[in-house]
Amino acid sequence: MIDYLTQTTLLRLLAVLVLVLAPHVAHLPIWENLLLAAVIAWRALISIRQWRLPAPWIRNVISIACFAAVYFNFSSISGLTAGTALLSVMAVLKLLEMRARRDVMVLVLLMYFILITHFLFSQEIWTIAYLLFSAVCITALLMDCNHAGESLPTRVLLRAGAIMVAQAVPLMLIFFVLFPRIPGPLWSLPTDSGAGRTGLSDKMSPGDIASLMQTDEVVFRVRFSGDVPTPQQRYWRGPVFDEFDGRGWQSSKLATQTRTVPTITIGESLSYELTMEASGSRLLLALDTPAPKQLPNDSTLNYSNVLTTAGPINERKVYKGTAYTQYVLQPTLSEMERAHFLQIPEGYNPRTRQLAQQWRGSRINDAEIVNKALLMFRSEKFFYTLQPPKLGRDSIDEFIFNTKQGFCEHYSSSFTFLMRAAGIPARVVTGYQGGEQNPLGDYYVIRQYDAHAWSEVWLAEKGWVRVDPTGAVAPQRVERGFTSSISLANGLPGFIVRQQSNPLRFALNMRWDWVNQKWNAWVLAYGPDLQADFLRNFGIEDWSQMILVMTVLLLLGTLAVSLLLMRQFATVIPRDHALRLWQRVLKKLAKVGISQNPDEGPRDFVDRITRDHPAYGDGMQRVLQAYLKMRYLEEADQTAERELNNAVAAFKPRR
Amino acid sequence: MRFWLIAKIILHPLRYAQERIDAWVLARVKRQPGPIDIPRNRVYIVPTRFGYGFAIMALVMLMGAMNYSNSMAFALTFLLAGLGMICMHHTHANMLNLRMHAGKTRPVFAGEIAHYEIHVENLAKNPRYAIGLAWPKQEANATIGDAPEQGIAVMILTRPTLKRGWQPAGVYSIFTEFPLGLFHAWTWADLDMNCLVYPSPAPPGMELPAVAGVGGHASGGRSGQDEFAGLRNYQRGDTARSIHWKSLPKLQSPMVKQFTETLDRELWLDWNALSHLDTEARLSQLTRWVLEVEELGLAYGLRMPGIVLEPARGETHQHQCLKRLALYDIA
Repeated sequence: MIDYLTQTTLLRLLAVLVLVLAPHVAHLPIWENLLLAAVIAWRALISIRQWRLPAPWIRNVISIACFAAVYFNFSSISGLTAGTALLSVMAVLKLLEMRARRDVMVLVLLMYFILITHFLFSQEIWTIAYLLFSAVCITALLMDCNHAGESLPTRVLLRAGAIMVAQAVPLMLIFFVLFPRIPGPLWSLPTDSGAGRTGLSDKMSPGDIASLMQTDEVVFRVRFSGDVPTPQQRYWRGPVFDEFDGRGWQSSKLATQTRTVPTITIGESLSYELTMEASGSRLLLALDTPAPKQLPNDSTLNYSNVLTTAGPINERKVYKGTAYTQYVLQPTLSEMERAHFLQIPEGYNPRTRQLAQQWRGSRINDAEIVNKALLMFRSEKFFYTLQPPKLGRDSIDEFIFNTKQGFCEHYSSSFTFLMRAAGIPARVVTGYQGGEQNPLGDYYVIRQYDAHAWSEVWLAEKGWVRVDPTGAVAPQRVERGFTSSISLANGLPGFIVRQQSNPLRFALNMRWDWVNQKWNAWVLAYGPDLQADFLRNFGIEDWSQMILVMTVLLLLGTLAVSLLLMRQFATVIPRDHALRLWQRVLKKLAKVGISQNPDEGPRDFVDRITRDHPAYGDGMQRVLQAYLKMRYLEEADQTAERELNNAVAAFKPRR
Repeated sequence: MRFWLIAKIILHPLRYAQERIDAWVLARVKRQPGPIDIPRNRVYIVPTRFGYGFAIMALVMLMGAMNYSNSMAFALTFLLAGLGMICMHHTHANMLNLRMHAGKTRPVFAGEIAHYEIHVENLAKNPRYAIGLAWPKQEANATIGDAPEQGIAVMILTRPTLKRGWQPAGVYSIFTEFPLGLFHAWTWADLDMNCLVYPSPAPPGMELPAVAGVGGHASGGRSGQDEFAGLRNYQRGDTARSIHWKSLPKLQSPMVKQFTETLDRELWLDWNALSHLDTEARLSQLTRWVLEVEELGLAYGLRMPGIVLEPARGETHQHQCLKRLALYDIA
């Protein structure tokens, strides 16, 4: 006996499937989106037009073709995106062999899996609403499938589904807070688990930073526990590049050696708490310059004074940092090191070299040469723009002498080249600069568009000194942040234009970011450490206590639901209003010593009263008529009840 | 015999244990005239196959969530775990306080299918969806229905009949997997219901016994067709066969054909006339005759060892005759 799937149930199922697949549209290739839509539409038509389901061999051919297509598209079937693509295809193809209600069960399991894969791509606040809504829909769908015969109305199902989910949410919270979390991945994550992540790369080729600057993704949030450094001091140090190939910059082996260089720190330290978003890289962004003796756990400083962790940051990470804004980094440089930081490729940018040697020849010291270069950027017609003209082979020559338009990448690159050509050891540092303060949360948000590049030159006795040539051209870039550094005409990314043009929207954005920050800090970052910290407040010290408390709370929760259900499904004898009113009149009669005999019906009883106690006769006759009407009239209505009620109330036997 | 039993215990210990437990449980279900109320302590509940699948899926999701340290994945996993726990109570409650009444059973001939009507009454203010009735181990062939709030679901269990006599309904389960199909909640019931099984009629062909007419006629039963005498209004108890269907569309109320034939011609169906057959074959043949004679509209009597039914006609008489035949020699 096959319990065939009704058309209503099938169309509902398709609707839920579309709901569950919808957010994946952005991650899947176009051909797959079209395929999914086509199969869903086909299955709907099969049901509506009563077509036949495709023969097994056709299904097999389609399945194999789809698997092959996914494999060739992603050249694997194991990664996150590929896995999602495969799961979606499987779920949709399952539709083509679905006849009975029971077949839906397998599909429901697949839908839950598809649902969970969304969260590997996005865990923003709205996803919780999406999660609950999807859960309600899938629960309603399951109910529909477990109900044989005619389909229940959608409203009834959704309501019942919502009730069940609402009852499950408290249990979810208990689990969420108390289920012992264990650190780290259980097995290696797929290589593309950070698919689509942007961030600083390990080399700087033209255009890299510009593309970063096109996104407003949050990189990290930071809260200073004491004094807040000035914007000019807020340089977050990322990859350092010391090798130039004529076109782009990269790190040499020396630069990435795990070796702390001597640093002399001056003045007071600054401490801060930094929440990094998952980046997939090992880089920890630290305020320049990190205190070498107070490094966060599991982190090391390399030769370029860049902070890295032991493993890639695949989840949000909070660390406490300490920094000194005044310092002498690497007071001495060996001859070999000096030569290393002076290397420039032969045969490139002859005019720049010539300029630099001209400066060198004018018998001024290194610091004066640095100032001369900065003065050049400031006084000549250099522009800060995110859409610079394309540069050719001698890119630095072209930039300095012809186009004069560019952004931090161009300025730091050409400045570093100039310094090296002039015989001053120099390198390019990338990272983030500035950041936006959120007044609500008293913290700073650093987004991808705060990505920046600057230079460091080595000066005798001062060590590596930060020089930001971009600041010479567009000082507001350094002082007030990226968003104020570019005028509208320069083709700003849309999201920044929006923010600037509407102060209300800006305020709302700030508030929203604050909510997001709380969400990140409390929900998404809820891992082993945070759990231990949080539960310690309640005196729960270790995982066995967590399990104990969790079990007790879960039992109490289910007990509450169970009691509620027992009430709902308890036997209810419908209230007999006629009887209730009749008993009320009997009580009145009992006070005057008249009672109904067990063998007496109402009519006989009232006849006896009329005979033996004529005073009560009229009143009781009225009660009797109303009672009989209410009890035995086929269509009992409110008037009959009211009549009886009045008659009973009016009947006042007196002794 | 004993060898096979030992082999079974060794080869399929779980299945053997299961069978023993089932037999033990079924033997202890009390037969009751009804109504039967389903109390809390009589509702059993186990996960279904889908329920186990759901649990495994939740575990896999938990591993995934741990691996990616993904809070939202944890949230979904825990929500599903919560839903599973809640669902158990919903399924259990869906069975609770149901009241079962025995309904009608119509007599059938041996070899036909017996229908047992069972009324499932929902006394609560919540509707109960997808309540099923099934014979033991035949849940796949269950009859499933909804009992509206403060209402009754009329459900029918069917079972083929083999031999004449009373066929009790026996033990069956009342179960539900609503709302999510993760759990199977059930209890056993045995309402005192019996289906009367008439002997299966012998194949037609044997000549009817001669009519012993009071008026002295002695002709074959078939020649004694009655004459049509007109129509009269339908009265309760008239057989469907005697209704004059042709006139039904024209007249609002059904009319019944009347025949002049009365009790002046009688036909005795005699046990002793079939001495060449064995008991069951005789009963079958008599059954066939009862049906044929009733069809012809003759009055007939039944004579069997220890039983004499005076000649009469009509459904009640036919039922009486068939009942005697069904229960002949059955204690």
